[in-house]
Amino acid sequence: MSAELLPDMTLTLLLLIMAWGALYAPQRSDAMALFIAFGVVVALIWARLDAPDLALAEAAIGAGLTGVLLMHAARALPDELHRSNRTATYWGALAFAVVASLMFLAHLLTDDSLLNAGLLDTDSDVTPSLRVLADANVADSGVSHPVTAVLLNFRAWDTLLELLVLLFALSGLRQLFPRESAPDDHATSRWPESLALMSAWARVLAPLLVVTGGYLLWRGSSAPGGAFQAGSLLAAAAVMLRLTGLLPALRWSSVWLRLSVVAGALFFLSVAAATAIWGDGWLTYPAAASGLLIVSIEIFATLSIAITLSLLVIGEWEDLRS
Amino acid sequence: MTDTPLMTAIELYLTLGVAVFLLSLHGLMTLHDPIRRLIAVNLMGAGTFLVMVSLARRSEVPDPVLHALVVTGLVVAISATAFALRLIIAAHTEGGKQRDREDRNTEGGGKQPP
Amino acid sequence: MSDAGIALSTVAVSTVAFYTGWLCLLAASAFFVTAALGLLRFPDLYSRLHAVTKTDTLGLGLLALGLTLLDPSWRTALILLLVWLLVMASGAVNCQLLARYNLEQDEQDEEDDQHVR
Repeated sequence: MSAELLPDMTLTLLLLIMAWGALYAPQRSDAMALFIAFGVVVALIWARLDAPDLALAEAAIGAGLTGVLLMHAARALPDELHRSNRTATYWGALAFAVVASLMFLAHLLTDDSLLNAGLLDTDSDVTPSLRVLADANVADSGVSHPVTAVLLNFRAWDTLLELLVLLFALSGLRQLFPRESAPDDHATSRWPESLALMSAWARVLAPLLVVTGGYLLWRGSSAPGGAFQAGSLLAAAAVMLRLTGLLPALRWSSVWLRLSVVAGALFFLSVAAATAIWGDGWLTYPAAASGLLIVSIEIFATLSIAITLSLLVIGEWEDLRS
Repeated sequence: MTDTPLMTAIELYLTLGVAVFLLSLHGLMTLHDPIRRLIAVNLMGAGTFLVMVSLARRSEVPDPVLHALVVTGLVVAISATAFALRLIIAAHTEGGKQRDREDRNTEGGGKQPP
Repeated sequence: MSDAGIALSTVAVSTVAFYTGWLCLLAASAFFVTAALGLLRFPDLYSRLHAVTKTDTLGLGLLALGLTLLDPSWRTALILLLVWLLVMASGAVNCQLLARYNLEQDEQDEEDDQHVR
């Protein structure tokens, strides 16, 4: 075994421990903390696997927003609905998981037919088409970073539908608030005296996050970064400001809020419709304007993603009532 | 295949993805706390993403299609998580109300005070 | 002659930088290990916070210094300095928040106890 594998082995072991703890730690708060740590380790693994786009997104979403989301929700639930796990099948099922993944590894390592079928050998890759197509066409896409080209040009459908998924999640969330009753206690009312320190720090951190978000958005067309990473960073900034009470409740009744929530999907759809009616077809950008189109779609998408995510994470009754 | 090492990082991470998936599948089936179950679903997603990104790494230049899919998946995962958490809270408060109502009904009946 | 001298001194400087860098990295990992030990072995929240934040700050500083020495360029140095400052500031804030919150909770509990009596 080569020494190059040492960091990978360490990360693997860490990740397994984190996953185990996030599932089975005795206290639920410990489990949630370990889940956040799991996000950090996954971000490191993405960096290790040459996926900086994912590392950025994971650090903002998996390690940042998901933690706030869980902590925020766990307060509304009684401390432990969790009963003892000592059922008869407990160790049996676990042993199954361990043995199955070890068998998978052995299969990967020994079975030549798997290698010959091209699972790990790219020269005889059985499905080269998408990757090769993507790499070959990046030059014509209007941006030079392949992941952004795939997200906003070649497979723009996915991104459009994803914006719609965000919208659906938010509208589903709005349905789940009780109609009549006011919310019980919300975040700001229970902040202790230490709030002063937190809000002072938030005042320093928020502009930094905004600048970094803008930089990531701008840089997305030529290097790792883009609308999703920038949107999640901005959402993290909004969540932090909202939790420290520096940002007033977002009001769903405000037209501007609604407009910015739908802006991404709306602009994307109008571009799609315009290209379908006057251009070469649904979401086929004219070559001369594709760079400009992609950047403007990304700006609107960033706005929508940031606002929608922050509403999803800390949206309370007062934010979302109409 | 002359100088291939015993195991490459890609194979290691592929296996890790499978192991995390199976571990959290086990958690999903055996745990009772809804928040822990939600964590388990998220971990299963992470295992799947691990497999996808390791497969993307097979070529010299990582596969941008798989990376783009996983970026999309991350955002979809967090919106699904937010929605699921709200559902859990709603189910819990609804259940609480129902229990209160039942308690009140039985109080009016022949239940003795302690 | 003088060329060789200059070349020799550059080699010497880079060798020194190399070994100092690795020394820093080793010292940093020692600090992280002590931090972890403190976190696991210390009895209460305050001493644990002390162990983690103090050694973490110094450990990360040494790590950044070591990495800069191993790859000496202004860009790397600046980025690592920024990382260090940010982590140090957020570590300090988090430590204060946790400690103050815990203190308030303790006082609350004591008051409750007195009321009960």
